[in-house]
This record gives sequence, structure tokens and C-alpha cells, in this order.
Amino acid sequence: MSMLEILKQSSNPEICKPLVDAVIQKAVEFRQKFGRKPAFMEVCGSHTMALARTGVKQSLKDYVQLISGPGCPVCVTDQRSIDAMIALAEGDNRIICTFGDMMRVPGSNRTLLDSKIAGKDIRVLYSPVDAVKVAKDNPDKEVIFLGVGFETTIPILTLMVGEAEKLRLDNFSIWMTTKLVEPVLRYLLEAGEVQLDGFLLPGHVSIVLGEDAYQYLVTEYNISGVITGFEPAELLSGIYKLIDLAINGQASILNNHPAVVRKAGNQVIHQWLEKYLTECDEAWRGMGVIPRSGLDLKPEYDKYNAKKRFTVEVGEPKKTKCRCGEVIRGLISPNECPLFGKACHPMNPIGPCMVSAEGSCAAYYQYMRESF
Amino acid sequence: MCVGVPAKVIKKEEYSALVDVLGSQTTVGIIFVPEVEIGDYVIVHAGQAMSIVEEEYARQSVEEWKKLVNARNPETV
Ligand code: SF4
Repeated sequence: MSMLEILKQSSNPEICKPLVDAVIQKAVEFRQKFGRKPAFMEVCGSHTMALARTGVKQSLKDYVQLISGPGCPVCVTDQRSIDAMIALAEGDNRIICTFGDMMRVPGSNRTLLDSKIAGKDIRVLYSPVDAVKVAKDNPDKEVIFLGVGFETTIPILTLMVGEAEKLRLDNFSIWMTTKLVEPVLRYLLEAGEVQLDGFLLPGHVSIVLGEDAYQYLVTEYNISGVITGFEPAELLSGIYKLIDLAINGQASILNNHPAVVRKAGNQVIHQWLEKYLTECDEAWRGMGVIPRSGLDLKPEYDKYNAKKRFTVEVGEPKKTKCRCGEVIRGLISPNECPLFGKACHPMNPIGPCMVSAEGSCAAYYQYMRESF
Repeated sequence: MCVGVPAKVIKKEEYSALVDVLGSQTTVGIIFVPEVEIGDYVIVHAGQAMSIVEEEYARQSVEEWKKLVNARNPETV
């Protein structure tokens, strides 16, 4: 088998269909032993989308409870930060660069898209490093990148700073609102609001962190985690392993994505993070400020820190009936929000979970409205 | 933001590489995977290669899935 053929096996129906049966059989075994369904949280927003898109979640719904967690970066950003980023775009002589997900996230008064339509220069970039090029090409404008993301995205923000340093740019900065996985998992475990038998750990964040970075789950909380990829066979085998561990009453961290996740993560990336960043407190939607749950630029890089360069004033966020805060904590599923599919839908999102390509409400709306 | 179809490296420069993703070609950064070689598959996130896919482990995963399936269904191979 060539490498391409090997990679294609992860979505081969001849493997995936019987794998569904194997998982169901394991889940039945669990139920016979414990009298309930096993419950796991997928930590990553891309897992939420992949589980819905591939039909894995739907085909297991009677046997395994898969709870979406706080893994969509835009969704977990608290409303005040969202409002601040939108307010930032109102200033004159600025170019705001962002990931596409941010454009339609509802602020208390407007969205970035509204501001763009009103004439503000707001650009969506697939490759964020291009924001540095925008700054180089527009020396008379302030170019600000909205740095929203988890461990997979944060390293890319440091690359941008490195590039801006190299080009000696004075008009480039990043508005950092980054989030880390470990502090929020600890928050959820300590809050104890959801009963979980394990975590489906994020495949890409783990490329950065490495397999060894999750041992605290076992040693401090006695709970399992399986690092898992995004294709159907990867998801199904990951869930199978979680059920197996739960049946045996064994807490362990398994790497079910060994082809891309190493034990100690990506060391080159760790060096970039250490050079530019330091831990900071971050405010999460529905959870408040979690100490040391994000990364910010070190003081010596203040020049590139938009929060140090610009002041924005935002008032109290507007109150809505959106329940994203509970959705991302795994307390309710999207269809339990009274606005779901009625006042709130992708054409008129009330909260970020309905906007983002990784949001739970968007995943439910797109793929699972009928099946639950 | 995290969807990752592996991309095959076709041409390598100092900090970037030309990759093929299911037939379409694009340039990605390789600063985080300096050891990458032409012919390797990489996982790309937001324009940057984050990890090299190790063939041996990818092969092992497929073997593992087949074993799970066969353990349940001994009559099929
Ligand atoms: S359905 Fe809409 S309003 Fe309800 S939690 Fe989801 S995003 Fe918020």
C-alpha cells in the first residue's frame, strides 16, 4: 500500500462500517456492567464537526453519549472580548485581519461583517502570516490581527511576530485572546458538573503538546483520555479505546493518532512559544476568568501587542437568551437551547456556537437536526 | 480551523514548501518541521505544516482497525 492508500483507509467504508458495530458492541458491554451509557467529552471543536459530518455521532447516539466541550476558540471567547475586537475595528486608519470565523460572530451591537459593509477595512486571511505582508504593503496604516485560538493556532501568532521583527515593522500588532486546553479541562473536572468516563483528546492541539502533556488527567483526576484524529476510523477506534478503558476501570492516556502526535509534541514549536509568550489570565464564555489559561506576548514584545497599543472602551455586554456558555461546558446540547433552529440559525446566529465552523450549535444544525 | 487533510511535499525551500493536497497545489510554511523531506506527508494548519505523518505508525493504525473489525467479525477478512 502506498502512503496515500494507507491514509485513505481512515475513511474506507469497509473498515468504518464494521468499526461502528465493534464500538456498539463495546458500548453494550459497558451498559451491561454499569447500567448506563458511557459518556465522553470531545474537547476539540473540529472533533465536534467531524463527529457530526461523518455520521459517527448519529450512528452511536443510542449507545454512547458524546458531549461537546469547550474546544471551539471563537465560542469560548467571552462576550466582552468579542465586543472589544469589534470596537477595535471602528478606529480610523486601521486594517483588521482575522480568521473567517470571526466575521459573523454577534457582538453586543454589531458584527465585524456589519463594520466591513459600513466601509471598514477588515480582511479574512486563510494563512494568518499574510497579515504581516499586509502591514508591509500598507506602511501608513495600523494592521492588527485578531489572535483567537488554542495551542494549534498560537504558534502561528509567534511566527507572525518573528516575521514582523525581521521586517522591522512598526505598524503590525496582534490582539491576543488565546486559550489553553489544560486549564479549562481542570476547570471542568473541578466543577464536576458533567459526569464523564473520559476525554476524546484533540488531534491537532496534541501535535503541539504531545502525548505526555496529559498525564495530569490520570494522576490528579483518575480519568482517561485518548488522542484522536478526525477521520471516521480514527474517531471510532478512539471511542472504542475509551469504552474499553472505562470497562476495565483503568485510567490511562492513549495516543490513537501516533502517525502525527509524538510523545513530547513538536519541540521546534515549544521553542517559539517560549521565546515570545508568557501565561496570562483569560476570560472564558460561561466560565469567567480562569487563571493562567491563555498566553500573551512577553513585555519585551509590547510593540506587537495590540492591547498595549490601542485602547478600546466597551460597556456591559448585551444580555441575550443564548446558552452557548452552557453548551461549551457540556451542560446542555444545542437542541436544548430554546432559540435553537427558531430565532437562532446559521443565517441569523444569536451566539458564536451557531457561527463558527467548529461550533456545536452549527454542527447540530447542519448535520443532526433530524436525528436527535 | 483544525481540519487537516495530509499534504504531500513536492518542492522544498528554506522556510516554505510546495505541497499537493488531493490534486491541488499550494505553498505552506515549514518552519515548525525543518526536517521535512520531499515526498513526506504533512499536517497543515492555517498555512503552516505542523507535523510530519509517519508512515510506519499510519500503517499500524490501519492494521489495528482491521484487527478490531476482525475480532468482532471472524468470518470476514
Ligand atoms: S442555539 Fe444559538 S442561541 Fe442557542 S446556544 Fe446555540 S448559538 Fe446560542
